[in-house]
Amino acid sequence: MSGRYETTVGLEIHVELATRSKMFCGCRVAFAGAPNSRVCPVCLGFPGTLPVANEKAVEHTLRIGLALGCDIAEHCLFHRKNYFYPDMPKNYQISQYDSPLCLRGHLDIPSKTGSKSIGITRVHIEEDTGKSQHVGGDGRIASSEYSLEDFNRAGTPLVEIVTEPDIESGEEATTFVTELRALLEALGVSDVRMDEGSLRVDANISVRRAGEIEHGTKVEVKNMNSIRSVGRALAFEEERQRRALDEGSPLVQETRHFDEKSGATSSMRSKEHAFDYRYFPEPDLVPLEPSAHWVADIQKTLPELPPERRQRFVSEYGLTPIDVGVLTASSSTAAWFEDAARAYAGDPKKIVNWIIADLFGLLNVAGIELSACRIAPPQLAALVTMVDAGTISGTQAKVVLAEMFRSGSPPREIVRAKGMEQVSDKGAIEAFIDEAIAENPDVADKVRGGNPGPLGFLVGQVMRKMNGQANPKVVNEILHAKLLS
Amino acid sequence: MVIERSVVDHVARLARLDLSEEERARMGAELSQILAHADRIQALDLDGVEPTSHAVPVVNALRQDEVKPSLEQEESLAGAPAVEAERFRVPRIIEEP
Ligand SMILES: [Zn+2]
Repeated sequence: MSGRYETTVGLEIHVELATRSKMFCGCRVAFAGAPNSRVCPVCLGFPGTLPVANEKAVEHTLRIGLALGCDIAEHCLFHRKNYFYPDMPKNYQISQYDSPLCLRGHLDIPSKTGSKSIGITRVHIEEDTGKSQHVGGDGRIASSEYSLEDFNRAGTPLVEIVTEPDIESGEEATTFVTELRALLEALGVSDVRMDEGSLRVDANISVRRAGEIEHGTKVEVKNMNSIRSVGRALAFEEERQRRALDEGSPLVQETRHFDEKSGATSSMRSKEHAFDYRYFPEPDLVPLEPSAHWVADIQKTLPELPPERRQRFVSEYGLTPIDVGVLTASSSTAAWFEDAARAYAGDPKKIVNWIIADLFGLLNVAGIELSACRIAPPQLAALVTMVDAGTISGTQAKVVLAEMFRSGSPPREIVRAKGMEQVSDKGAIEAFIDEAIAENPDVADKVRGGNPGPLGFLVGQVMRKMNGQANPKVVNEILHAKLLS
Repeated sequence: MVIERSVVDHVARLARLDLSEEERARMGAELSQILAHADRIQALDLDGVEPTSHAVPVVNALRQDEVKPSLEQEESLAGAPAVEAERFRVPRIIEEP
């Protein structure tokens, strides 16, 4: 089926920059809080006030542009984007129009064939809007009676990243957003929380019959609030458009709204986006001309980026591409793994397995990120080392890990407190084995006669005598030596 | 071009400005002068002239990323025509079709 169609996706991603103050005034940037408590005459658009651009926001945007391999404009302007919608008190949003700060870059994402380059059209600076709440009707804008505006968010520094239509499926879009998110996190320019709206994704998607030259009808999809919903919304839209092509029913160029619950997209009223923004250069802000010196300084301080890190994890730790993908999806996870692996003398693959198979499970249940976990990375290394040394069994280690996760105590302390230490000392174990053999002469004779079947019974007896703390491997070895050789 | 009194009234209403009679008369005259100046610029032959966005030779006017005090919530809402739930209450944004 899918071979008959080609899907084309381009993304527009809005990222709130991690600055202390707003883009053009000194109001604090924060999530939530008392409505309209972080506003001032500038961001409320009072007549006679003047905006001044935040240097840190410009620097963050340059970092993003450089990390995406963009050309940095030697001269660029801010524009006013005029629109009549009450979420901006000024009736315009300051943005960049035909001269963005960063142009023509790319982001390389993992693909089935290894790596695929997705073109970046532009990266520009703008300011976020306030938050509207629609009252009455079904809560959506068209049926509401009136709206309430909180301008705390208005003026928050925002970057818009626009991709070329190089993405070919919802799955690839998901990978792109995951990669971009990891990149932004590594750059330290945003807290990239989709659930709090600091990373927002809109998509343009069209489907055409394979081999056709013209793109299909472009549909814009909005309201995708997690990386997962990007994949779901685009998969739904892909299928809807294919079916329309199959049935020969017309597709309309429109904006569609993704509904998290139903997993479906529905048409938004076309009036809502039929705007003429009447862009013109913002007279209150002078042009931006980042010096070559400033750009070079920022370039020098770029951290290791996810594509480089992925390659290094394969060559340095000998990990599989799948494991590397999981570990590098977030910079903090990658750093956590490295801290644990450096504290561990054995095969790093074991650390990876403990993180992916066990620790992620605990994080999932608790609903927290690895960075918020109470276990310090070297403590995981200590735990795995104790398993390697036979101090505790793998099963016991899982119990210890859960306790480390809960209390943050070091594994050695937990093992001691729970009396879990395995006895591997041969002399100590041998005494209990002799006792078990003496108490069960019939069983011992059967084994001596060449039937190893009842050996397990004797191992069980020894374990019981030692309250389960004997190292079963050592018990087995000694029993073998005594009865079967 | 002369700005009629009715246009001044209309613009004042759009800008939510409460102007006195005297101010309305003065605004009419001043706006007429401004538009007359714009008409003179419109009449110039500007083929091949690069658009000028700013008249001052200044670039990179940036501020440090420092937090300054905001208004108190009470102050920020003081100018709102209507307030509800600590927010600016605004009329319905989109009319039903
Ligand atoms: Zn402000």
